[in-house]
Amino acid sequence: MEKFTTLSGIAAPMPLVNIDTDMIIPKQFLKTIKRSGLGVNLFDEMRYDRDGNEIPDFVLNKPQYREASILVAGDNFGCGSSREHAPWALADFGIRCIISTSFADIFYNNCFKNGILPVVLPQDQVDRLMEDAEKGANARIEVDLEEQSITTSEGEKFTFEVDAFKKHCLINGLDDIGLTMEKAAAIDAFEATAAQARPWV
Amino acid sequence: MSPKTLYDKIWDAHLAHEAEDGTCLLYIDRHLVHEVTSPQAFEGLRMAGRKVRAPDKTIAVPDHNVPTTMGRENPDQMPEDSRIQVAALDKNAKDFGIHYYPVSDVRQGIVHIVGPEQGWTLPGMTVVCGDSHTATHGAFGALAHGIGTSEVEHVLATQTLIQRKGKNMKVEITGKLAPGVTAKDITLSVIGKTGTAGGTGYVIEYCGEAIRDLSMEGRMTVCNMAIEGGARAGLIAPDEKTFEYVKGRPHAPKGAQWEAALAWWKTLYSDDDAHWDKVVTIRGEDIAPVVTWGTSPEDVLPITATVPAPEEFQGGKVAAAKRSLDYMGLNPGTPLNEIEIDTVFIGSCTNGRIEDLRAAAEILKGKKIKDGLRAMVVPGSGLVRAQAEEEGLADIFKEAGFEWRLAGCSMCLAMNPDQLSEGERCAATSNRNFEGRQGRGGRTHLMSPAMAAAAAVTGRLTDVRDLM
Repeated sequence: MEKFTTLSGIAAPMPLVNIDTDMIIPKQFLKTIKRSGLGVNLFDEMRYDRDGNEIPDFVLNKPQYREASILVAGDNFGCGSSREHAPWALADFGIRCIISTSFADIFYNNCFKNGILPVVLPQDQVDRLMEDAEKGANARIEVDLEEQSITTSEGEKFTFEVDAFKKHCLINGLDDIGLTMEKAAAIDAFEATAAQARPWV
Repeated sequence: MSPKTLYDKIWDAHLAHEAEDGTCLLYIDRHLVHEVTSPQAFEGLRMAGRKVRAPDKTIAVPDHNVPTTMGRENPDQMPEDSRIQVAALDKNAKDFGIHYYPVSDVRQGIVHIVGPEQGWTLPGMTVVCGDSHTATHGAFGALAHGIGTSEVEHVLATQTLIQRKGKNMKVEITGKLAPGVTAKDITLSVIGKTGTAGGTGYVIEYCGEAIRDLSMEGRMTVCNMAIEGGARAGLIAPDEKTFEYVKGRPHAPKGAQWEAALAWWKTLYSDDDAHWDKVVTIRGEDIAPVVTWGTSPEDVLPITATVPAPEEFQGGKVAAAKRSLDYMGLNPGTPLNEIEIDTVFIGSCTNGRIEDLRAAAEILKGKKIKDGLRAMVVPGSGLVRAQAEEEGLADIFKEAGFEWRLAGCSMCLAMNPDQLSEGERCAATSNRNFEGRQGRGGRTHLMSPAMAAAAAVTGRLTDVRDLM
């Protein structure tokens, strides 16, 4: 997994609440057996018309946001299905950080497995970042995972909470299957005890 | 010992490791797998030279892509990308030695219907699947939730999941339901009250007289949509109805093991003085037959209401409601029961079980669907289909003008050829009314099977009580 330490990038504003995983990557793109190449279809039905032409009004089609690496989004971002194709598509497009007042639980977890940092901040701070993002390409937002901070283009700094283990994995780009396999003895022991207690499982 | 919730009890019984920072490894009893969210996980195992740790606890079935029309054994019925995905599951199931129900097997169906039907899902278990509607299995008092593909790979390799414990939320539905009100109306009404993010970070336990009164099928409908309320998992404490449903199923315990299992299952309830982080109470009598009007499952109202105006909402929801109404082609003030539909879809992991088909058939008996309407029933599994045929339900549907399909996810998420076209309006028994969910530009109204059947008869959203 790609490491995440610091990020300085253009933030795209998406103030809509309840942006769901069907919007992020519609179902017709789930018929892949690979993880890569989904960026071109990110937000497909909001981004392209029926004939595949770009819809100029959509934020990521605007010249100043085409290189965005941060999204500032409305509440409950990523609600809906468990499809990891959503963070795959975001990462493939180049989005490395998403800021919102809340995220759907499964999506939130999926981000960390794909080098994307989801950041939860209170409404007033998200509002400030949204205003900053509205300024376009000249307003670069700084994200520092080590010190758990976000800094606006005007130097205003907000701090955020993140689970220590998830932070550790993201900063070091760790494969958590490998980490869990180091605990194989604990799993073996649990399995043996559980097989005695609940042999029907 | 301190009092515990049902969630606490199942969690404690599956905690394989806890690190100093509180990160836990939760042992997984059942891992259900389907073709859409698993190919990359199996590929990951191959690349790392890893095996499936517990193939006997891993069960796979193709459901999302599969056509639901006759003759689907012929692979030409599927577009190439779908065919490749289903073929990948065939191969992965064989290579890694996991339980498998191929398309040709009568037991094939939607993974969340097959699991309980075959007795894979049992009380007190931990169940995961790369699908958000895994919450369905919570109806058995199993801790069940959806996971992403990286987590699918993690469970395949280690039979555990890295977790932090969630918070406890109690949703109590008191009293009795009125006639015409079903489990679907309960679960939609709860989401209408709490919002789609109301359960984020929580595991919900549904309780109260109205929940106790539900059949296992109804309880599965309620838990199925816990995710639409933001909760990863929904739970209902097991009781005699649960044990009765489970007993004798192919993979349920037998003999002495059954007795041992039963003794433990009977301890699976929340203690009287257990701590709840959040409590929501709804009177069963206050729940009406409901439909959704917008593009979020929280956009729910009684069928007797009118389409709301965006100004009735607050904050970011004003813009969202405006966008929803625009997408749905609806004007504020329109009575919901005047909204005309083009299509009816009865099926999905929410409402594709035998009881759902019975409820719809009860309304359709001796009636015809409105002229020009497209209506289809997609049973949740091959066995549900067979039972419905045996009970004469299939004949009722066919005589009414419904298409009688083979089992699969079908138009719930439209990954197979069953889709809505631009602007087409559908009365659906599924779980999501998101933009484009059932096909680009398609408009979805969620409701119960009985309400969908009523809509099929009149050609518009309809109060089922008018037809009872």
